Amino acid sequence: MTTTPAELPVPIVSARGIRKAFGPVEVLHGVDFDVRPGEVHVLAGENGAGKSTLIKILSGVYGDFSGELRVGGRPRRFGRPADAARAGIATIHQELSLVPSMTVADNLFLGRETTGRFGRVDFARQTAEAARILADAGLECSPRQLAGDLPISSQQMLEIARALARDASLVILDEPTSALSDRETETLFARILALRAQGRGIVYITHRMEEIYRLADRITVLRDGRLVGTATPDRLPPAELVRWMVGRELGRAEARRDVRASGPPALEVTALRVAHASVPGRLVVEDVSFAVARGEILGLAGLQGSGTSETLHAIFGALGRRASGRARLDGERFPMRGARDSIARGVVLLTNDRKALGLAPELSVIDSVSLASLARFSGAGGWVRRAEERAAVAGLTAAFRLNAPSLDAPVGALSGGNQQKTYLARCLLAKPRVLLLDEPTRGIDVGAKADIYELMRAWVAEGIAIVLITSEMDELLALSDRILVLHRGRPAAELARDAASKDAVLAAAMGHTATGTAGGRP
Amino acid sequence: MTRGWRAALGEWWATPVARALVALALMLLIGCVFNADGAFFKWSVHRDMLRQVSVYGILACGMTVVIITAGIDLSVSSILALAAVSFAWLTLPEGWPAALAIPAVLVIGTALGSVSGVLAARMRIQPFIVTLAMMVFARGLAKVVSGGMKITNYVQEPDGTSHLVPMPRIFGMIDSRVLGGNVSIVTVIFLLCVLATWIILSRLRLGRHLYAVGGNEEAARLSGVPVARTLVMAYALSGLFAAIAGICQAAQETQGDPETGMGYELDAIAMVVIGGTTLAGGKGSVVLTLIGVLTIGYLQKILSLNAAPEATRLMLTGTIIVCAVLFQRGR
Repeated sequence: MTTTPAELPVPIVSARGIRKAFGPVEVLHGVDFDVRPGEVHVLAGENGAGKSTLIKILSGVYGDFSGELRVGGRPRRFGRPADAARAGIATIHQELSLVPSMTVADNLFLGRETTGRFGRVDFARQTAEAARILADAGLECSPRQLAGDLPISSQQMLEIARALARDASLVILDEPTSALSDRETETLFARILALRAQGRGIVYITHRMEEIYRLADRITVLRDGRLVGTATPDRLPPAELVRWMVGRELGRAEARRDVRASGPPALEVTALRVAHASVPGRLVVEDVSFAVARGEILGLAGLQGSGTSETLHAIFGALGRRASGRARLDGERFPMRGARDSIARGVVLLTNDRKALGLAPELSVIDSVSLASLARFSGAGGWVRRAEERAAVAGLTAAFRLNAPSLDAPVGALSGGNQQKTYLARCLLAKPRVLLLDEPTRGIDVGAKADIYELMRAWVAEGIAIVLITSEMDELLALSDRILVLHRGRPAAELARDAASKDAVLAAAMGHTATGTAGGRP
Repeated sequence: MTRGWRAALGEWWATPVARALVALALMLLIGCVFNADGAFFKWSVHRDMLRQVSVYGILACGMTVVIITAGIDLSVSSILALAAVSFAWLTLPEGWPAALAIPAVLVIGTALGSVSGVLAARMRIQPFIVTLAMMVFARGLAKVVSGGMKITNYVQEPDGTSHLVPMPRIFGMIDSRVLGGNVSIVTVIFLLCVLATWIILSRLRLGRHLYAVGGNEEAARLSGVPVARTLVMAYALSGLFAAIAGICQAAQETQGDPETGMGYELDAIAMVVIGGTTLAGGKGSVVLTLIGVLTIGYLQKILSLNAAPEATRLMLTGTIIVCAVLFQRGR
């Protein structure tokens, strides 16, 4: 921003005034962004700031946007990801796109097989070439191994190696280190720096402060779909970066509760650890301890991959042997043994994935709401006392202001907000002592959100303890009595209500503490 | 006023039961047109149709329960044969009273179903594979029990002599009719199975669990539903219904034939699916299955009344299964 365009080489990619709308909702409001040869350009912003949307425009996923996109100085508009790839833009998404049942070499050459006469694949040449690519990437595996047999971190590295093998002039990396070990991260960084030295451009998205300051030549910050600014790291120290990300208005969110927590803890968790699902020896939650009192809302904050969801699942007992640690519920040992046992003892989990883990769309509202409480509504032989069940569900759905054609309608026919209310009603009907809520207002409209906030306040007034995860900062600050912030699976800060602010939470979540950046800078 | 009435009709029309009933009504209409010189208007034709579909229908009850959990049970025909052979063997050469033989056979069927359930739910083998294996295994077991031959009341002793034993009364009882000869006993048994299945699915906690597991297994688990136990119950029930069907089959054939019931599992699946219960699981009902059973039953009856050749019958049945499913989906 400080140098004049005249002395600069032509950017590899240059975007001007990019706007993108989904239906009537505009999510990018005229963003400028460019990447020069031989630079690592970090793209930063909170969840929902528009980073992914911008990346998807650059990589050809979205073709319908307004504004100008130039690649190598020429205006371009990609219709398909394959067009962007052909123009020299390689994108490594967070989700893996390998075919697990094919070999490493086959994956590396998928879609651009080396062929001889009559389209016969030249396997010998491919295997030799693959071995060279793997050596370059520092991957110790055979080209003949099945991709699915590799640990997740190696699969991630393979994915990166595949993109780099295509001789791209621009490489886009979306949180590439979230599944990598420290050693692999170092290998990856070395590759990135080597690419930079070759004059290629790199777009790097991360939530980790130490990575930003280690790699970035320039940093661009987005907030709410708008460009906040672009700066070099020496002009944008961590505290300032956080301020760019959360916005200048540091005022507290409105409508706070007056009730303060008091009394003995309802749930105490000590030294909770959760192993990574597929990388042996790696922990996604490490030594997390906290207590939440009756009538208290404890906010659990953290960026993607910080282990907040895993913490709640582990307490609920849904992770089995991956989790270890101790817990006490109202002073008695709580075994974290599994959903059935936890619900019976009064600990209920609302997951952040209503579709996959919450609701069965074909079930009626009544069946969905009563599913976790059927033991209470059925006698010997399992005969359901339907009148009693219907009355209880009707009472609760009325309190939730549920908008459904009837209690017998399938939940799949309801709007997202009403489905979410149905899911919450199921948790509440189970008479919880402790509610573990993972993104209770995800993907629902403002009206339904307001209803849910009101309900949560009513529940804590009745003495229920709530542990709340939400990626919406305003919601977190407005509802929480205390906030525990996790960074890479470890507690980074515990903020009392009065000390909590957007930038304090975000700084801790990114690993930046008062004394410096956690993890350190080289 | 008329508007409300129309809206109500529109809503009713959108329900699976309405669609299944319309398909059945169409089938009856076809029967009225191709009535084979008025034969279709005689009760005895309907009574015989009901008798003929009853064994399939009993299998379809168990199949409904399994399909609601998003599973499948291919082993029902073999368990039926094993039950038929076991029942004939216990009552004829062994001379057990019916009051002992029937519970014993039901236990055998339930046990084999439970084995499938445990393999599918606890060992996480796909239901298609598990019950395919059970289909082969139970057929083999039926041949072991029968020594590879039909078990009749002509009993061969180990010393080589042979003699006839009197046919136990239970065989005749099951194959008789009640209500002035207007309804077959097997049809009554079938309807009782439908009633039992309806109670399980819509009045018991187990039923709620079955739908929840079929609709979203992970959500059911996180809601405290004992998923594995529920799945084992589904396959155990299917085995139990297959054993009931096997006893009826033995009584109707007055023998225990280890080759009996080949391919019945496919008829049972077709009946469930024509009713509108989808293989994806989580929805459907035994009422729909009852309508599906009647639809296929009438199709077969109309074709045989009109002396359609077997080739035509098979092709028409296949076509109508696809049409019925498309119609159920609402085009």
